[in-house]
Amino acid sequence: MKKLINDPANVVKEALLGIEAAHPDLRIDHANKIIFRGDAPRRGKVGLISGGGSGHEPLHGGFVGLGMLDAACAGEVFTSPVPAQMLEATKRVDGGAGVLHIVKNYTGDVMNFEMAAEMAAAETGVSVVSVVTDDDVAVQDSLYTAGRRGVGVTVLLEKIAGAAAEAGASLADVASIAKKVNANGRSMGLALTSCTVPAAGKPTFELSEQEMEVGIGIHGEPGRQRLPLEPASQIAARLVEPILNDLPYQRGDAVIAFVNGMGGTPLLELYLMYHEVDRILKGHGVTVARSLVGSYITSLEMAGCSVTLLRVDDETLRLWDAPVKTPALRWGA
Amino acid sequence: MTDTLGSHLGVAELSRWIHDFARLISENKDYLTALDSAIGDADHGINMDRGMTAVVAGLDGVQPSSPGDLFKHVGMTLVSSVGGASGPLFGTFFLRVAAGCGDKAVIEPAVFAAALRSGLDGVVARGKAEAGDKTMYDALEPAVSKLEGSVQSGRSLAEGLREACAAAESGRDATIPLLARKGRASYLGERSVGHQDPGATTVALLFESAVKTLG
Repeated sequence: MKKLINDPANVVKEALLGIEAAHPDLRIDHANKIIFRGDAPRRGKVGLISGGGSGHEPLHGGFVGLGMLDAACAGEVFTSPVPAQMLEATKRVDGGAGVLHIVKNYTGDVMNFEMAAEMAAAETGVSVVSVVTDDDVAVQDSLYTAGRRGVGVTVLLEKIAGAAAEAGASLADVASIAKKVNANGRSMGLALTSCTVPAAGKPTFELSEQEMEVGIGIHGEPGRQRLPLEPASQIAARLVEPILNDLPYQRGDAVIAFVNGMGGTPLLELYLMYHEVDRILKGHGVTVARSLVGSYITSLEMAGCSVTLLRVDDETLRLWDAPVKTPALRWGA
Repeated sequence: MTDTLGSHLGVAELSRWIHDFARLISENKDYLTALDSAIGDADHGINMDRGMTAVVAGLDGVQPSSPGDLFKHVGMTLVSSVGGASGPLFGTFFLRVAAGCGDKAVIEPAVFAAALRSGLDGVVARGKAEAGDKTMYDALEPAVSKLEGSVQSGRSLAEGLREACAAAESGRDATIPLLARKGRASYLGERSVGHQDPGATTVALLFESAVKTLG
């Protein structure tokens, strides 16, 4: 394992020190491993918090700031944060309008956020609503599994719901916009290489030079199938077609098309993939209203990418275009 | 009278149980993690050991006021130090056991069995697992049912715990051929068959420890 670290046990702690040094407009609670927006709580604004295992950066800490999250709770690498963290974040971002919890659908994350919401109800007067993202179409049998995993849509949801909260929407309205985003978004990922959790010291899974894992999860969970490596044009079809088949698209539907890097794939290849995705969408008569290309929800140093398509209406697009000022997404502000 | 008192459980006996369980987890840390690396995310032993080490450290020099107080400490510590799915599940288990013990200074076997049943109910409410999903439930449910039945039919606590432990161990072994339907293992589908569930293994260790310290 070759990594830019000091001690595998201190990776998350020391990365938070770096975030603090690089972004003076954020506030870090090192004891609770929480990244706060500098001006939280904002009086009268719905607070948005999210969190999860570390190793997916910039998700979630890189999305804290104006127009997006008020706080992000960092767990150990690929391990959910604990309820005390979310409880503390909830108390400290509440500006009187309540708090939205954005939770990716993984067994540990769901249970820890659920306990935090119960504690918040018992110990504070803060209203909490939770929205769970579950957009990964790679998980086909959601009845007999933990359900679809929350992946790329989480990034888009944090931006869109964050804009609604910034504009003064109520907790119920912010939650309903967030649910609409999750309901209209689908993703599918692919790995070319494994990743190495610093504390484990060895790759999470083995993948040979000639293979790819189609439908990979962001923690290296197995996907739909392991196949011989193919050209990007065929890989793009393997990612886009299951998404288009899952949510019945009609010609003329508009989407935000998001090609995401898993951490170890250069932007050069992501743009090449974006071209392939765009070509397939044009073939189906799907209009790309906006695009996002880059590594925003990663799996440490895994090479590969995911594609997320979010079907949008005018309201969603207006919220997407609204100003945002965070370490990882920033426009109009 | 002496006989009845002898089977009552106070803070001292129950603390011995928790300490012994922590020791067993520590001894089996690598084994539990190896089980988890086959079908999960390779951290069950590491996470449970971190949690139980924190539990024992918190008990150092502090005498809980009652069994309920002891279990509350165990549950709260696990919830705040384990993370993942095991933290909320084992944490909720002990918090519900604590509630089932109330503030009694000593608890009789029937109350102990009922408190463990509350713990099991808490695990079900939190994790939504059913029999055969290949989870900790598959060891915990048979163990609790066996202990309840044994205590109700008038057998000694020691005997009840031995039967409960045997039931937990068979439940644990029975997870091997199952297809996982909950947690990260469920994403493996057919590939989860043939592996023993780490959570059920930890439950069997909990009852193994109970036989040694409470029987």
